[in-house]
Amino acid sequence: MMMKNLTHGHSLSQRCARLSLGLGVILTSGLAQAVNDLPGGPKVNQLNLHEPVTQIGVQQHFLHNFMLVVCIAIFVAVFGVMFYSILKHRKSLGHKPANFHESVAVEIAWTIVPFIIVIGMGALATRTVVAMKDTSNADLTVKATGYQWKWGYDYLKGEGEGIAFLSTLDVAHRIMSDTGKPAGDNYLLKVDNALVVPVNKKVRIITTANDVIHAWMVPSLGVKQDAIPGFVRDTWFRADKVGDYYGQCAELCGKEHAYMPIHVKVVTAEDYAKWVDGKKKEMAALADDPTKEWQLAELVARGEKVYAANCAACHKADGKGAGAIKALDASAVVLDAEHDKQIAIMLNGAANGAMPAWRTLSDTEIAAVMTYTKNSWSNSTGQLVQPAAIVAARK
Amino acid sequence: MSAVLDPQGQAGGHADDHHDHAHPYGWRRWLYATNHKDIGTMYLLFSFAMLMVGGVLALGIRAELFQPGLQFVNPELFNQLTTMHGLIMVFGAIMPAFVGFANWMIPLQIGAADMAFARMNNLSFWLLIPAALTLVGSFFMPGGAPAAGWTLYAPLTLQMGPSMDAAIFAMHIMGASSIMGSINIIVTILNMRAPGMTLMKMPLFCWTWLITAYLLIAVMPVLAGAITMTLTDRHFGTNFFNPAGGGDPIMYQHIFWFFGHPEVYIMILPAFGIISAIIPAFARKRLFGYTSMVYATASIAILSFIVWAHHMYTTGMPVTGQLFFMYATMLIAVPTGVKIFNWIATMWRGSMTFETPMLWSVGFIFVFTMGGFTGLILAMAPIDIQLQDTYYVVAHFHYVLVAGSLFGMFAGYYYWAPKWTGVMYSEFRGKVHFWGSLIFFNITFFPMHFLGLAGMPRRYADYPMQFADFNMLASIGAFGFGFMQVYFFLAVVVPAMRGKGEPAPQKPWEAAEGLEWEVPSPAPWHTFETPPKLNATATRVIG
Repeated sequence: MMMKNLTHGHSLSQRCARLSLGLGVILTSGLAQAVNDLPGGPKVNQLNLHEPVTQIGVQQHFLHNFMLVVCIAIFVAVFGVMFYSILKHRKSLGHKPANFHESVAVEIAWTIVPFIIVIGMGALATRTVVAMKDTSNADLTVKATGYQWKWGYDYLKGEGEGIAFLSTLDVAHRIMSDTGKPAGDNYLLKVDNALVVPVNKKVRIITTANDVIHAWMVPSLGVKQDAIPGFVRDTWFRADKVGDYYGQCAELCGKEHAYMPIHVKVVTAEDYAKWVDGKKKEMAALADDPTKEWQLAELVARGEKVYAANCAACHKADGKGAGAIKALDASAVVLDAEHDKQIAIMLNGAANGAMPAWRTLSDTEIAAVMTYTKNSWSNSTGQLVQPAAIVAARK
Repeated sequence: MSAVLDPQGQAGGHADDHHDHAHPYGWRRWLYATNHKDIGTMYLLFSFAMLMVGGVLALGIRAELFQPGLQFVNPELFNQLTTMHGLIMVFGAIMPAFVGFANWMIPLQIGAADMAFARMNNLSFWLLIPAALTLVGSFFMPGGAPAAGWTLYAPLTLQMGPSMDAAIFAMHIMGASSIMGSINIIVTILNMRAPGMTLMKMPLFCWTWLITAYLLIAVMPVLAGAITMTLTDRHFGTNFFNPAGGGDPIMYQHIFWFFGHPEVYIMILPAFGIISAIIPAFARKRLFGYTSMVYATASIAILSFIVWAHHMYTTGMPVTGQLFFMYATMLIAVPTGVKIFNWIATMWRGSMTFETPMLWSVGFIFVFTMGGFTGLILAMAPIDIQLQDTYYVVAHFHYVLVAGSLFGMFAGYYYWAPKWTGVMYSEFRGKVHFWGSLIFFNITFFPMHFLGLAGMPRRYADYPMQFADFNMLASIGAFGFGFMQVYFFLAVVVPAMRGKGEPAPQKPWEAAEGLEWEVPSPAPWHTFETPPKLNATATRVIG
């Protein structure tokens, strides 16, 4: 038995050595995949919090480092005692057990001292808690709305008031994820429209959501705030450095939870004014006239884009759906010559919100995507849904 | 000794089976079981099976996260894996395992013949089987298993398929089982202690379980309420949590965490009791500060009811709320610290040996304390704003639940299994299991602190490339850790169940104290049928 155990131990240590060697090889090959730090986003093998660009972030950073140092000091002191005891007070060294088993003085001391320490820690953090919650006197107020699975931004107050857009993960990144071939320093963090804000201005973010709870998080700005459907919450930041800052949704919100990043672009006051100007012009140009009569081909072409951006994540590019997600291909509702039912589902959602309400899309977009589903895959109804029908249904 | 055993039991005491009494054999012995030892064994085997199921799901998660990009599972299935891993580990593995320990050890430790309500004991075990089958079976329902996270936050739960209802029913049944188990434990401890076994002479394992049982009775109905409201929101048109109908999703979180935070202590307090038995036995020195240990346990239990919203700093509660919950949470460090200090004071100037139970106990103290410190860091609201819902939280609660609860149970297994099975485990294998688990555990979960600090959110099927190396390391550790538990089962548990190994003496540990060491190994079918007469410290039977 003894011999067997010994040989066992030998081969085990050999195996451990081989394993650690293999581990090293794997890790270095991992590093070989060309990835660099993303400024404003995660660094490669980052060990601590993001570099803060707001006062709150600086305080969070300080508090964390402070706590880490205090905890490590206590840890070393306490376990220094334990390991000293483990090394010295062994039966194998002939140490005889002492007989003490209580001491009121010691008990009181190690209740009071930790009490004072934790209250001190709390006192140190209190100022930051109060500062974090002070969202008054903002220069710019933006509403961030969580959708499954994208963010919507509405500039409510301040320079740029009235600007509104959706911010979605770059579709190429979603495809890279599905095919298991990720690449790029900003993998899963690249969006089509970044939230643009001016530097050194107090920006208040009001969060809410359309369907389930999301969370709007940007580590460099020191901000994380849940976005709760039916409720509004707020948070704020004042970035003191121009740059791009990245974050992701931090509250489980369904299957595409990992695919709704946040990109905040902090620019100078002049650049911000320029951006606002450009954005307003762009919005005016893009605004569809809902009374326009469309031709089938152009509406299908428009609808294809809307479908890819909003519908394909669940219903799939081939319209076949998956699992609980209904197929649109050969669906009776889609093929129906009466459009009311499909319009109602588009506007109000279905299946307890598993199919979201798409009221945020414009009349033209809803009409276009319906026309697209009616004339794609095996569906070839030739039916055309004009935006006017949606306008009527919304009333 | 005559009080300890009936004559037949004594005669059969040294054999590896106990054919002492007329009792059912074969499947009837287990299905109709009313004997606390048999029911304890079933609880332990059941929870180990669930540990394996939950572990396989965890390895599914880690396999997917081995590299960025989706390789093995789609995001839908990934969310199902994380949800079911959590539910199965909490409700199927950790909680029933401690009830198994309670069933085996509480009557033996207090000198009682059995649990107070033997038939209810049977029911509370057998309810777990349909509950577990319903829960695990939900994978095969249309749309797959629930994918809303183990916390089952509304309104995401309202979007789930029929498997959500299955999970709700399963949790109701498990909750009923837990409550029955708790009633049984409370009544057994309060009513059935041998004469002379006063409350303040009771082994700490009984104390921690007594307090845990009260916690369970207080909070399981709260969970039942939350998930019932979810159920009626889903099917009967109520709008408790559905914002579209005027409901409040945050109310769900308040109710859930009012259950959830005491639940955390439900999963750790019995482990504290196990460690408090083992450290004095291997330090050959009485437990330091017994009274303060009892009060510390009670303080932790009471504080656990007023800290729940520290899970909710990012929901946007008012500044006074954040401050209250921050300070209250940090206070829990005080009684927890008292326990750690008491254990170390027990070791101090002892005469220690390091058999496997002691290794697990020291490992428990060392690694659990790291989880305690990260808990303190997370309690600070401004830091939590950065760390909430990131891998830092995942690291934190695995340090307290795996290195805490699970390591505590392994310590308890090696300490008491000789009494259960009548055979000693192999020290070599026990040590391999310990060191392998400890090392792989840290390889798995330590890098997660860095991932969380760097902002990697939890429950992500895919992640930015900068997180790749630490994720790979964590995945390697996870497979190693899983392998060590299979090794534990095959190399330690199976031989013990087959009676292979050195015969265990009545008291295998030189300085172990307590009535469980007053009965032969393996413990005969019936023990303490008539109340034993105890010595002054209630640690020995004297007639």
